[in-house]
Parts: sequence; C-alpha cells; structure tokens
Amino acid sequence: MKRIIGPAAIAVVLIALLAFFVLPALWLLLAPTKTAAELTSDSPLSFGSFANIGLAWQHLTSFEDGVLFTWLRNSAVYSIGALIVTLITSIPAGYALALTKFRGRKLLLTVTLIVMIMPSAALVLPVFLELNVAHLIGTAWSIILPFSFYPFGVYLVYIYFATSLPRELLSAARLDGASEWQIFTRIALPLATPVVGLVAFFSFVGNWNNFFLPYLVLPGSDQFPIQVGLNQLLSSTPSFNPVAGAGLNITSPELALAIIIAILPVLVLFLFSQRTLVSGMLAGATKE
Amino acid sequence: MTALDTPIVAAPARRTAVRRAREGGVSGPLFVSGYVILLLAFGVLPTLYAVFLAFTNARGQFTGLNQFLRVFQDFRFWPSFGDILVYLVFWLLLIVILTVGVAVVLRSRMPAPLSAAIRFLYYIPGALAGVASVLVWLFMLDPSVSPVNWLLKGLGFDTFAQVLAPGHLSLVFALIAFWTGAGGWIVVMYGALNNIPQEVLEAARMDGAGPWRMALHIQIPMIRKWIVYMAILAFAAGTQLFVEPQLLQTASLGRVSPTWSPNQLAYVYAFQHGDFNGAAAISLVLLVIGLLGAGLLVTRSGLFKVDEQ
Repeated sequence: MKRIIGPAAIAVVLIALLAFFVLPALWLLLAPTKTAAELTSDSPLSFGSFANIGLAWQHLTSFEDGVLFTWLRNSAVYSIGALIVTLITSIPAGYALALTKFRGRKLLLTVTLIVMIMPSAALVLPVFLELNVAHLIGTAWSIILPFSFYPFGVYLVYIYFATSLPRELLSAARLDGASEWQIFTRIALPLATPVVGLVAFFSFVGNWNNFFLPYLVLPGSDQFPIQVGLNQLLSSTPSFNPVAGAGLNITSPELALAIIIAILPVLVLFLFSQRTLVSGMLAGATKE
Repeated sequence: MTALDTPIVAAPARRTAVRRAREGGVSGPLFVSGYVILLLAFGVLPTLYAVFLAFTNARGQFTGLNQFLRVFQDFRFWPSFGDILVYLVFWLLLIVILTVGVAVVLRSRMPAPLSAAIRFLYYIPGALAGVASVLVWLFMLDPSVSPVNWLLKGLGFDTFAQVLAPGHLSLVFALIAFWTGAGGWIVVMYGALNNIPQEVLEAARMDGAGPWRMALHIQIPMIRKWIVYMAILAFAAGTQLFVEPQLLQTASLGRVSPTWSPNQLAYVYAFQHGDFNGAAAISLVLLVIGLLGAGLLVTRSGLFKVDEQ
C-alpha cells in the first residue's frame, strides 16, 4: 500500500506545481487574443483571435503618442549602456584580482563578496540620496552608472581566471618580455569569451528588470524604462483604477500585451540559458 | 567551464611558506581602478552618506541616535517589520522545503528527459521577475478575470478587495516570489545533487537505504551548504521587498498600505515627508541586516575563498 501512495502523492505535488508555474504564463500569452469582456466570460485558456492582438497593439502604441517605444528604447539604452561599462570595468578587475598581487587585493575581494551577496535594493535609497545631493537626478547617467557597479560580475571573472588560467603561463610570458597590457589583451582576453557571456547575461537581465532605482531617480514619463512604464500603464487600466483609467483604451488585454513585450528580451535569453544560470549561481559560491 | 559546475569546494591547498614577489607590478591596481571607482561611488560613498544623514538633522547638526529613536517610535515602523517577518516565514518555508524536495525527487526518481523538461518548465517564470510577475499575479488574484476564479471563490474570495485584505498580503508576496524564484533554485539544487559522488549513493543503497532514508540522511545533508546559501540570500533579499507592495498599492486604489514594507516606509519618508534623515535611518537598519547576512555567509559558510594560495 505504502509503495503506491508515496509515488502517487509525489506525482500530485509535481503536477500541482507544474500548473502553478505554467498556467499563469500560458494565460498571459493568451490574454491579448481576447477582448476585456471575453477575458471575464470565456474559458481562461481559450484562444480569441489574432485581430484582437492587432487591436490591443493599436491601443497600446497610441497610449500617450507611442510612449511605449520610448520606454523600450530607454530600457535598451540603460541596460546596454550599463552592460558596456560593467564589462569594461569588471573584466580587468576580475583578472587583476585573480592573477596579480597588490596591496589591498584581499580586502577588495572580501568587500566585493559582501556587496555582491547583499541585496542591491539595500543601497538604492542611499544611492538616491547621494545622487540628489550631487544634483545628478534625472539624467541617463544617474541610472547607467549605478547599474554598472556589478560586484557579482567581478567575482565571476575572478573565479573564471583563477581556475582556467595558470599563473605559470603568465610568468613565462613575462620572461619573454611581454608587457602586462600585452599579457592581458593577448593571453587573458581571448580566453575570456565564456565568462563575458555569463556576466553579460546576468547584468543585462538584472538591469532590464530593475524597477526601484529608476522609479526613485527619474521624474518624467519620457525617461522611464519599460518597468516603470508598466507601473504607469497599470494606474491607467480601468479594471485596477476606474478613476484614472476612465476614457482610456488601456484595458486588461493591452496591459497583458505590454507585459509580454516588456519581458520578451529577457524571455528569449532565458530560453537559451538554463545552463548559464546554473553555472553562474553555483560559481557565485565556489572556487576550486 | 566545468570548474564552475561543481559546487563542492576542494580542501584549500596548503599555504606556500614563501610569499611570491608581487606579480604584475603596478598593473594590478590599474586594472581594478575602474571598478574601484564604481565601488566607491555607488557602494561605499552612499553608505557613508546614509550614515552621516542618519546621525544628523536637516540642518546638518549631529543628533546622535535621535533619528533612529524617532523612526522606531513611528507607528508604522514596527508593523512594517512585522509584515516582512511573516512574509519571510512563508517564503523561506516554501522555498526551502519545496525546492529541495522537488530537486531530490527530480534527481532520483525520474527518467532524465522528463526531469529535464519539468525543470525547464518550472524555471520559465524566472524570466518574468520584477514588475511583470506582480502584474501577472494581479490578474491571477482578481476573481473577475482569474483563470482559477473557481478556486478563489471556493476559498471565499468574491472580490479583488477581499483577496488583498491586509492579513493575506504576506502570503501573496511569498507566492509571487516563489513563482519567479523557485525554478532557478530547483535547477541549482539539482546541479548540487548531481555532484554527490555516485559511490556514496551506491554504498548507501547496498546498506539497504530506501529513497526516503537516502534523501534525508545522505542527499540533503550533503547539499546543506547550498540550502544555507539559498536561505540566506532569500532572507536578505526578502527584507528589502519594495516593488511588489508598491505596485499592489497602485493597483488596489490605496487599499493596501503605502508603508507595508520597511523600504516603502523609507520611500515615504524621503518622497512624501522630504525627511531624508529619517529615510536614511530606516535604510541603514535594512543595510545592516543585509550586511550581517552577507558577512555571515562570506566568513562562516566556507563557500567562498578569497585567498587561493
């Protein structure tokens, strides 16, 4: 008896979890194919029509004269801008921490670890207060530069070089008269491709999804990234905000379509990156 | 990249007696300089500035612990920490029990392709982290559009307002966090389980250990470090909750308190009262909690090494 109940209970739990994880995502994908009325009346996982997607798209893109595209462009500028600065600073830094010796190296590594594990939200309000006193509020740099500070990236690069590039190789190159800069650009950088991908993935996903800092720092709708834009759309959706939403065409299907558009870049990355995620998260705490 | 896939840390090699000469000369400091500038500007400096603000008043006069005493006496301060505490209990219980349990089942009791497919499907909601996940769950929890409105109605919820009653919010946020975060952690735990040497499992099987005893006495103890790692990260991140309650507050026409979480209270201090000193004091309390969690993990867990020689 026990031999049957055990596996059956496990199967029930796994299937319930499957429904829990998959159904909301499936519902979201189907929502823009229906009108707001159909969403409440039709069966939840039914398909409406492609025409409804077109209609939702029209309503969404005409919201505040196509501000949606501005939000997406802003998100791209902030995320990619920060990604570039992150790569430029973290790759040499991780390399130097792994393969050179200098005073303060261990301290820098310890501080990096602590800041990396500490949730980044803990620093958002202090960063806002600092930017405020420095009169940097509202500029693109006030987003890009704080995003660029990415200790997890430095640690990933450090681990990578410490485990894959033998010190002896560098010593040999030094004996041959190569300068430190040459060693870095000719030996280390060509080897770094996999870790660049890893850092880029985590940095981009984190920046694209970030809400807190831009929400505090950016005053105007035309500067919002898509995440903060979604918040504005939400307060314009009549089903959630009948007062502010009156007279607008933003209803549940439009909001669902906006969510899909907002997550699309990250979703595409996710579909191809399960392995990246594991190696990154495990690397977050290993070192051989 | 194989080195990155193995979560088991090798015993540290013995320290070499003779210190090597400084390798790389001045290039080390030069190579880290860009990162150090960012670290100072957006890690150290904001922390110091928050400390300065928390110990002074609006005119810049030193006030000792007065700012802290003042925010502690705010009637919203302790309830916001109470909210977070209840949320953390739900969230940690859910994530620790279910991710570890599911990972063990997927690792030991399932054909590999099925296990891989399930892991992948569990992991997908991770792409909707942040604002998107909250918005999706607003729909899931609104009985007028929810695909599971029969379930909500069965539980006695007929309107969105009933679902968002103050007592339910901690559980709602724990569900959202679990929806986006659990899949990734299941994949990670599965990776850690994969690294348990096959001989250990064989030996246990020879001794007659069934799947339950195997899980409880061998597999789970051997990935204990990873469970602690996950729990501390989840705890530290959980204390910082902001996006979820803030969006829910927008969506519920103010039925949800604007100061549900401590970070929201700090936000209200800064943006509605213009009281940066009070906001800094609250932020500093949260920062200390985050620092303690991180410091504990870095120095005590043995998961991290800062000295490879």
